[in-house]
Amino acid sequence: MAKQVSTPLYQQLLDRFDGGLAIAQQAEPAFLKNARLQAQDSFRNLGFPSTRVEDWKYTNIAPFLKNNYSLDHEHAVLHENTLDAAIIEGLDCYKLVLLNGKLMATGYKEQLPSFIKIRPMAEAKEEAGFQKYFGKQIELEKYHLAALNTASFSDGFFIEVNANANLDKPLHIVHTFSADKDLFVQPRHLIIAHRGASLDVIESVVSDNNAAKMFVNSLSEVVVEENANVNHYVLQTAQEGLRLISHTEVSQKRDSVYSNYTFSLPSAELLRNNLHINLDSEHTESHLYGLYLGADHQLVDNHTFMNHRLAHCESNEIYKGVLLENATGVFNGKVYVHQDAQKTNAFQQNNNLLLSTKATINSKPQLEIFADDVKCSHGSTIGQLSQEALFYLQSRGISEDSARALLVTAFAFDVTEKIKIPELEVYINKLINHHIPANQEMIKI
Amino acid sequence: MLSIKNLHAEIEEKKILKGISLDIKPGEVHAIMGPNGSGKSTLSSVLAGRENYTVTEGEVLFEGKDLLDMAPEVRAREGLFLAFQYPVEIPGVSNINFLRTALNEIREYRGLPALEAKEFLKLTKDRQKLVEFDTKLINRSLNEGFSGGEKKRNEILQLAMLEPKLSILDETDSGLDIDALRIVSNGVNKLRNEHNAFVIITHYQRLLEYIVPDYVHVLYNGRIVKSGTKELALELEEKGYDWLKESYSETESVK
Ligand SMILES: Nc1ncnc2c1ncn2[C@@H]1O[C@H](COP(=O)(O)OP(=O)(O)OP(=O)(O)O)[C@@H](O)[C@H]1O
Ligand SMILES: [Mg+2]
Repeated sequence: MAKQVSTPLYQQLLDRFDGGLAIAQQAEPAFLKNARLQAQDSFRNLGFPSTRVEDWKYTNIAPFLKNNYSLDHEHAVLHENTLDAAIIEGLDCYKLVLLNGKLMATGYKEQLPSFIKIRPMAEAKEEAGFQKYFGKQIELEKYHLAALNTASFSDGFFIEVNANANLDKPLHIVHTFSADKDLFVQPRHLIIAHRGASLDVIESVVSDNNAAKMFVNSLSEVVVEENANVNHYVLQTAQEGLRLISHTEVSQKRDSVYSNYTFSLPSAELLRNNLHINLDSEHTESHLYGLYLGADHQLVDNHTFMNHRLAHCESNEIYKGVLLENATGVFNGKVYVHQDAQKTNAFQQNNNLLLSTKATINSKPQLEIFADDVKCSHGSTIGQLSQEALFYLQSRGISEDSARALLVTAFAFDVTEKIKIPELEVYINKLINHHIPANQEMIKI
Repeated sequence: MLSIKNLHAEIEEKKILKGISLDIKPGEVHAIMGPNGSGKSTLSSVLAGRENYTVTEGEVLFEGKDLLDMAPEVRAREGLFLAFQYPVEIPGVSNINFLRTALNEIREYRGLPALEAKEFLKLTKDRQKLVEFDTKLINRSLNEGFSGGEKKRNEILQLAMLEPKLSILDETDSGLDIDALRIVSNGVNKLRNEHNAFVIITHYQRLLEYIVPDYVHVLYNGRIVKSGTKELALELEEKGYDWLKESYSETESVK
């Protein structure tokens, strides 16, 4: 059986490599042109992954590639209420808005301190930071969609924080997606935190609730230089018509701390997150916290990859899943400890609540350890709400719906309590509460 | 207030309650005693609405309404409270948040506005004092890692907060030290009035010295085999249950 999905979209994309895209890319720096060519070759070979590809075994993207997607999105209009959906009440922050992967000119430059540089990706190619860091970590020959993105992305954001600078408020980046006909978009982003810088980024993904389908193949690179500290929050609350493949490639240098918090919530049909953390120096610290709450027919897939290359690094990962209705969840947590990565401390945990007989979860921790002096542990559980606990709460006058919501919130607590921004924690808990009570058909043990 | 008529209940096709009748009026305290496994907790679970029991016969009226027809939370909102023999630990749900949710849902049902944060805290403090409940425990996860006695006291704190009409205390005294027993009993006595009623399930006469019952019933093998006044508890303490079991099996064999 083929390892590729057969879809007209494949040829359509290849044709663009040699046609319009080639012209648009002519003025790009040589290294980028080379990277594009290499990426084109990779995608030409790889195509879109079928479920024969191990990493895509439980996530069949074939049904999402059948649409007659347009590759041009110049005429999109941003709807006010789409933007409103991303508002985090009471949060004092800097704000950026993107529409279909393109930065919108809404005066973001004026509001930001001078030590942080923000550019549309299309205009950042001459930046020293771009030239130094772009595409350095991703193995294009392995990652189908990352290759496709590298070959053909046109825009996104470029953010660079100067050495030792400390952004006083979180930077809230709102990715909005909107289309009146089926659309294929490929945003590309780069965040650089220079030596000793610290930064809180919140990325919200929202979309219009109209009939058009949008396939988003997004790729972000995050560079955390020596001693830098990045808190990276990702909130996926898009509407049903969105199919999102989001690849985040992080590289960390000595004494840096990177914390990622990924919240995947209803109702996007497909959410596939690839989160790769590359530890490029000794003495780094990484935290990966995830909460996925799938409802309806959602397919929510989190693939994380902790790449321990060198010694004395610490990683800590907790992903929690709640699956309702007909939702399918996938968790694949790979921890790779290279031979040189002695004294590694790697901890991973994945817990799941299955709240409907029709929901599914595929959980796979994957430890590959080639060093002998390491501390690594992992655990994975799948369970249901305790009927005893539900009855206890109900016997105090609490409705069954509220009782469920309380228990799910409690289940998610290990993750939500890690959020360092109080307004954000309140926001997430509200979202959880919003999605739980509506589900009448729950199973109990 | 509560009227149980010929109540039969089973679990997994095993008959546990075999015809219980009991009338409780406002202001009364009833004690239920009886050997292990006789059905005391089953009776309280059926009254509180635990799902896995099936009522096969009989009826229960609570203030004239069909209790068995109500969801567990509705029973609580109508004014029924069960202090569990084995309170449940719920990690991640804070005790205080739980109390607030419960109180406000009950108030909403009764057409009262939610309590302001300040009023709620004042009420909590007040009730905490009544049962001498440790402030440190109030912010912890619900019953998680609480000692046996702390859990029982937490049940009584909840009782004091929610002010039910009918409270069923299922072996609240077991696990309490001597001081805690006195404190909890004093708390209950302060909450007692002519409008509410208590059912005290216990194995020991000692609790009944503090909370003096109007009636004492003996439950054996799913039936109330004897009822009397507080002197009956003393008699049981002295003689045990054998004499009742014997007379019970006699009536059984006559049938
Ligand atoms: N889930 C169940 N499945 C099967 N049997 C049960 C179940 N729950 C209770 N029983 C049985 O019902 C009977 C009555 O139990 P119950 O807990 O009501 O007794 P009790 O009078 O409260 O005893 P104790 O004084 O020990 O608390 C016991 O024989 C018990 O084993
Ligand atoms: Mg019992």
